[in-house]
Amino acid sequence: MVSEAAQEVLEDLWTTIVENKKTFLDASNYAPEVIAELKEHGLIALKGKQVKMTGKGEKESAMAIRRHRLAERLLADVFNTVDQVLDDHACRLEHALFDGLDEAICTLLGHPHFCPHGKPIPEGKCCEKKLETIRPIIVPLSEMRPNEQGQIAYVHMSQRDLLDKMLAMGILPGNDITLIQRSPSFVFKSGHSQFAVDEEIASEIFIRIRRH
Amino acid sequence: MMNEQNLEVDKKNAFASSQTRKKKKHAKIVIVGSPNVGKSVLFNTLTGAYVTVSNYPGTTVELSNGKGRLNSISLNIIDTPGMYRLLPITEEERVARNVLINESPDVVIHVVDAKNLNRMLPMTLQLKNAGLPVFLVINMMDEADRLSIKIDPAQIEHILQIPVVTTALARNRGIKELKKRLSEFLQTETQFSDNHRGVEIPYPPLIKKAIQTISSLLKSRYALSANMLAYLFLLGDKEVRKMIEEKEPDSVFQQIKETREKVKAAYHVGLDLEIAKSERALTDQILKKAVKSSAEKATTPTGFLDRLFLSPYTGFPIIILVLYLFYLFVGVLGAQTIVDFLEISVFGQYVNPLVNKLLVSWVPWQPIRDLFGGEYGIITLGIRYAIAIILPIVGTFFLAFSFIEDSGYLPRLALLVDRFFKKIGLNGRAVLPIVLGFGCDTMATVVTRTLETKRERIISTLLLTLAIPCSAQLGVLLAMASTNPKVLWVWIGIVLMIFFLVGFLSSKLMPGVRPSFYIELPPLRFPRPTNILVKTYTRMEWYFKEVLPFFVLASVLLWLGQLTGLFELIVNGMKPLMSWMGLPGDTAVAFIFGFFRRDYGAAGLYDLRGILTGNQLLISITVMTLFVPCIAQFAVTIKERGIKTALGMFFFVMLFAFGSGIVLHKFFAFTGIVL
Repeated sequence: MVSEAAQEVLEDLWTTIVENKKTFLDASNYAPEVIAELKEHGLIALKGKQVKMTGKGEKESAMAIRRHRLAERLLADVFNTVDQVLDDHACRLEHALFDGLDEAICTLLGHPHFCPHGKPIPEGKCCEKKLETIRPIIVPLSEMRPNEQGQIAYVHMSQRDLLDKMLAMGILPGNDITLIQRSPSFVFKSGHSQFAVDEEIASEIFIRIRRH
Repeated sequence: MMNEQNLEVDKKNAFASSQTRKKKKHAKIVIVGSPNVGKSVLFNTLTGAYVTVSNYPGTTVELSNGKGRLNSISLNIIDTPGMYRLLPITEEERVARNVLINESPDVVIHVVDAKNLNRMLPMTLQLKNAGLPVFLVINMMDEADRLSIKIDPAQIEHILQIPVVTTALARNRGIKELKKRLSEFLQTETQFSDNHRGVEIPYPPLIKKAIQTISSLLKSRYALSANMLAYLFLLGDKEVRKMIEEKEPDSVFQQIKETREKVKAAYHVGLDLEIAKSERALTDQILKKAVKSSAEKATTPTGFLDRLFLSPYTGFPIIILVLYLFYLFVGVLGAQTIVDFLEISVFGQYVNPLVNKLLVSWVPWQPIRDLFGGEYGIITLGIRYAIAIILPIVGTFFLAFSFIEDSGYLPRLALLVDRFFKKIGLNGRAVLPIVLGFGCDTMATVVTRTLETKRERIISTLLLTLAIPCSAQLGVLLAMASTNPKVLWVWIGIVLMIFFLVGFLSSKLMPGVRPSFYIELPPLRFPRPTNILVKTYTRMEWYFKEVLPFFVLASVLLWLGQLTGLFELIVNGMKPLMSWMGLPGDTAVAFIFGFFRRDYGAAGLYDLRGILTGNQLLISITVMTLFVPCIAQFAVTIKERGIKTALGMFFFVMLFAFGSGIVLHKFFAFTGIVL
């Protein structure tokens, strides 16, 4: 396991090279000993000041970014942390998510695909196997059972204008909802109104299930 | 946590010039609100019978405009399409919003559902923030009462600094009070006359600051308040952006754009979500003070009847039952009983003989006699057709349809059929134009404009043109097909198959995003009779204004065709085509009629039914079903979809109809099947 500072560099490598499609990361912005540490672990390749990832490094940085974004998801969805301090707390929390804790949280949150800012969360082993030993706290509406109650945790629409439509109809995070039926369309109740949506939309509205 | 201070009246937030509303003689009122809250009921209450429905300039969205009188003030009232918030998404919402911007109304009546104030008040806040003279009507109090929701309108009035009244319009409750307050609002200087007073929405500091920055940069004159413009600009409203770009100097526009980029970057999840949350937060705070509801009834229980409609096990049988009742009312009562009476007794025995007698004694020239009377005359065919056949069928159809529409059944129907409709590139919402098509394809084609994407509009127009027979035609075709039950079922099977096949193929061929389905389910209610009658009346009026001229035109064209011999030429020219389909040459006459009206054609076939074999019967009614509906529907398709698309569809449908006839004939000849 590398130091916390080195993990931050791994995260930067991921966002710079994998997500923003740059060819390298500039080493001069980081402390030389951190770069040396990564090199020693065989995670990066250095060419002058240009840092690139090795195959092993890419896997590690995917996991580092995954821990960070899972931490954000946990803080935002379960603890309702406000946007302004989210990143700060997530930076500290992520370093605790080792030894299977990341997978436990991922399962708990229903294997989320995106962080609260809409950036993708790389998949872990648990996502591939869909280990559902415990029922997640947050599930998409499409996985609720009839008569189950919950609160909208977040809405992640793949089409931008769909989010606008949901907002316009008053489907907002924080709303209490009850699922009425799943077929042939998803019908749910929120307040004194009933709505019907198709499966695609239902899989993009995420619900914090109420337990009795 | 939010500050209680937010609820204090904020006077600093002043903008625009305030108008004095004293002693008005004329007043312009715009009614706004989400769908299904009772806007049109209020509209009908405030207006008399003088209602005009017209297209909003440059669009295809219809607006109802009516005149009314309140004490000594004459009112001009505009009813707008349903709108959930000031930032428009659909074309209808854009029209509703632009009416607010451009009409400079004296009063904006916002109608809301008492049960769902938490979802509806955010728009009241937006209207108020826009500097519009808002008058809030909290409707459906009867339903709120039943749920033990207690609303204190005085409290909301005090906080928002706008007049608030509570009503149950469908039960005629609260109308007197509403009129009294409305006339006060129009005629006297009250505490509410100053639009600038009100509450402030607790936006996060960054957003609040951006709104302030942008609104202070706006120097030109606008119909909306600078605050509202800034707000809409932040949310990415394209029209407001254009408006600002045109009116402000480049440097200012750049500054405004940069301000937006900066806030946008701070909220990755979406500025709109953040703003919606703030508005909801203020709403919740207001409701905490003004609404008491018993906790155990926090949600409406889903009624027994509703469960039956929604569940797939009972829902689908109910669709069949509803369609059957619909058929009994329209197909039997309208298309048979009333049509027979009008056509055989009234026109057959009195009107037509009288017209012909008068023509014989007063008009010496045969051609002119034929223009008005005789076989294809304007009166004996065109007018008779319109009044004796179309009026009863379309009248009963619109009556039944308005009843179903007002009962809240259509959205439930939509959610049941959504999965099937997805297969043909549409979504559940398209059930509205398709069902309407069984009444009148022309009107249904107009209604396709309510669908969201161009792709859906084209596919549904094509399906209407091709495979949905209208009520007038359906009556005749059913009567013909029922003489041979085998033909009836094979015909239904073939048409259904073609409907899904063509839908499926066109959804594969046409590029575009998969349609998504979402709909709010209004509560089931027993419709209000006067509302149904008004709706039916306006639809009939539209129908006669738009469609009757085409009947007359068709009569004139047929008359011209006969007179010049062109008609016979075309009939003879089409005879080979008829024989390719194995039909007698005389059926060509029916198909030419069919060009002017698909149901004319059907009626023409009906006369030939004696000489047709089972196979010929099937082929002819199938081709007639698939045929282009009528000249009026074609005209509307041009208007709605453009000439290129309309012509393309026209030729495709003609080829497809006759092609199917030829294929069926070859199939029967090859297999030796006899029906």
